[in-house]
Amino acid sequence: MHASTLFALLVLFALIAYGLGFSRAMQSAKRGGSIRSLAALPGYYGMHTALWSLLPALVLLALWTLFDDTVIRSLVVGGLPAEVVGESSARLLFAQIQNIASGTIDPALAAPELRDAANRLNSLRQTSGTVKTVLVLALALVAGSLALWRLTPKMRAREKVESLVRGLLMASASIAILTTVGILLSVLFEALRFFQSVPVTEFLFGLHWSPQMALRADQAGSSGAFGAVPIFLGTLMVSAIAMFVAVPVGLMSAIYLSEYASKRVRNTVKPVLEILAGIPTVVYGFFAALTVAPAVRDAATAMGLPASSESALAAGLVMGIMIIPFVSSLSDDIINAVPQSLRDGSFGLGATQSETIKKVVFPAALPGIVGGVLLAVSRAIGETMIVVMAAGLAANLTANPLESVTTVTVQIVTLLVGDQEFDSPKTLAAFALGLMLFLTTLVLNVIALHVVKKYREQYD
Amino acid sequence: MTKSHALRNQEKVRSRIEQNLKRRYRKEKIFRGFGIASIVFGLLCVAVLLTDIIYKGHGAFFQHYLQLEVQYDPETLGIEQVDESALALANFDGVIKDAMKARFPEARDRRARRELYSIPSTDAPFALRDRLQQAPQLLGERETIWVMVDDDVDAFIKSLDEIEGGFRGRVSERKAGWLMSLYESGELQNRFNTQFFTSGDSREPEQAGIKAALVGSALTLLVTLALSFPIGVAAAVYLEEFAPKNRWTDLIEVNINNLAAVPSIVFGLLGLAIFINFFELPRSAPLIGGLVLTLMTLPTIIISSRAAIKAVPPSIREAAMGMGASRIQVVFHHVLPLAMPGMLTGAIIGLAQALGETAPLLMIGMVAFIVDVPTGITDPATVLPVQIFLWADSPERAFIEKTSAAIMVLLAFLITMNLGAVWLRKKLERRW
Repeated sequence: MHASTLFALLVLFALIAYGLGFSRAMQSAKRGGSIRSLAALPGYYGMHTALWSLLPALVLLALWTLFDDTVIRSLVVGGLPAEVVGESSARLLFAQIQNIASGTIDPALAAPELRDAANRLNSLRQTSGTVKTVLVLALALVAGSLALWRLTPKMRAREKVESLVRGLLMASASIAILTTVGILLSVLFEALRFFQSVPVTEFLFGLHWSPQMALRADQAGSSGAFGAVPIFLGTLMVSAIAMFVAVPVGLMSAIYLSEYASKRVRNTVKPVLEILAGIPTVVYGFFAALTVAPAVRDAATAMGLPASSESALAAGLVMGIMIIPFVSSLSDDIINAVPQSLRDGSFGLGATQSETIKKVVFPAALPGIVGGVLLAVSRAIGETMIVVMAAGLAANLTANPLESVTTVTVQIVTLLVGDQEFDSPKTLAAFALGLMLFLTTLVLNVIALHVVKKYREQYD
Repeated sequence: MTKSHALRNQEKVRSRIEQNLKRRYRKEKIFRGFGIASIVFGLLCVAVLLTDIIYKGHGAFFQHYLQLEVQYDPETLGIEQVDESALALANFDGVIKDAMKARFPEARDRRARRELYSIPSTDAPFALRDRLQQAPQLLGERETIWVMVDDDVDAFIKSLDEIEGGFRGRVSERKAGWLMSLYESGELQNRFNTQFFTSGDSREPEQAGIKAALVGSALTLLVTLALSFPIGVAAAVYLEEFAPKNRWTDLIEVNINNLAAVPSIVFGLLGLAIFINFFELPRSAPLIGGLVLTLMTLPTIIISSRAAIKAVPPSIREAAMGMGASRIQVVFHHVLPLAMPGMLTGAIIGLAQALGETAPLLMIGMVAFIVDVPTGITDPATVLPVQIFLWADSPERAFIEKTSAAIMVLLAFLITMNLGAVWLRKKLERRW
């Protein structure tokens, strides 16, 4: 049975369970004389039964669906004769068996052992599907009727339902922690496997990046070097250019909007600037690659400078434009949090408005602004689409912004998009880069959030 | 003597102060000018970006069609009657070629013929087949129909109004002459391009459309909405109403704030390693895309839902508690309904963010070349931003136009969603 049909059936069961629990509570209320003989409203008895019939079955369904493929695969591969497994990797072999099972490869052409395995795979899948359906429905029935059977008018149904709901709420909140753990585990494991074949020091301090591994020994130009310094420098350069655009423009427009502009100007300009924040990054990437990059190249050539068509400058400029509203809205919040009394004191001493801003408001807001800028840097480092489309792939070790550079995110995308085997250092390198990216942004975010929080408390 | 000295001194001080003041006012003006300049720069960026996209993409909503005088000749088609199997085998290509030959009899040698035949789109035979299937009585008859032209031809005609003599591309002198004569006699017409909205991706730019990507986006967003809204609201309720002040709660808070700032591509790595490699869920499916985007948008939704819950005044809770409601009843009967508009606004903004997201979906393989419209959440699919990314990489000039047009559609959706959020907030928000 399809998972969605099964799910619909479970919901139906839960509805029926609700009705049964409700009517049973009403019956005992009738027997007890009035509805006040119940410990909770009858709806809670219904809810109690429904939750018992639904939740365990749902958990079982989810677990089964998540793990059945893994179990079936180990059964199928484990059942193969040893001489077949020895020849090639288990993953490749299983892909072949899957293709035979689905009919993509003609079973008549396949080796007899694989054909048997494919048949086993099909029958196991079928059995698994049937057993899943039967078990899940049975669990829903058993748990539901057990709850119904144990239902007494003295039972404190509301407390029970409420503690269950509380548990669900807490579980939802804990998903945030699970996500972080999931990210850490997924990048950490693969990165550790990468560091088994490439030493950490080579990765962190090597000056040469060329992840293409040689397939044959005599292949030229494929050294498989994993020195990530050019990538880190490229990332830094693009982010620095972006910050060079975003910080002055964002900060100045925030200052102007919050200190000088009339309410009408503020109310019209702010949403328009915020459009920049709502535009998807792929659109910026397109803009960078097709409009800004050629313009930058032409301008550089007109000035007699050699320029690559995919330059760090173009990507950085557009990324800066993207981050302007981010910087400006963060600084706006922070500038507005500076108490009016500080400004009034400064005006009272005869300072002009710009002097007040430069000498009083800005220093007071500085920690918060620094925090905001750090958050913006973390965004620039992690930005992907703009650099993928406009910055290029070649890992040049250069300080010239007119040359093409590559970034951490670009490398992750190029190494992982498309089909490739999962065990080669080339693919694992992407996870090592991902680990670096996650750790860097994590540190930046934690510092920035801490600084901003401290700053807010200062004036609260 | 001393008096005049004092007066002179005063005079000097005043002029110094005045000069100083002048300097200070100039600085004030400059500072203000910087502010205005940065705002103008920001507004200019918005204007340039949008006009650039619209200028490049408006053409894609229109497509040139060619008027052809075709004869559904059974002999050329190689069929006797109109039925399913015969239509599948019939030689509609030949009919088109005959029509082109009849229109330009001067093309005799093979090269000229080949150029001539490349004017209509490769989709034209299929258009004829559909026509004949609809009206079987046309077999053996003559008819004037309009078919799509090839993307090179379309780009050539569209560039005729441009100043610099237009875009030639792969169009030869001779072909250009034919096209001009067709254009001037009205046999080439610019029409609204419905195919752009009704078909999937294609290697031929003139046949490529965004329907498959739109449906893929819709399915992905559906999964995202179904998961992230309930979970996000539940998490927000827990944190605002029930969470005790302890380390676990602090840890959750730090995590949520941090996850809101984690680069989106990292979520893609998570999806690849956990959902695809560990749990072996199907690659390229909206289900996985939705799961990844759920994890990505959860922090946004949780943060905005918490703000909405915080905005409900404590007096409401106290009144409900005073009437004997339990904590859960207070939340579900009173706080949540009052906070709902704010939560919905947050959810819409989170979804808009998810709709524009590309990078994590590249990681989980939603970059496949998808021609067929996906029908379920486990079918291979792509989404609109990824389609834009794929088209932006294609070398054909016509795809630039298509990319910009797809961007316009995406922006239209995003603007609608954001305006919807604003409207919702204005309409339902209550000030206490």
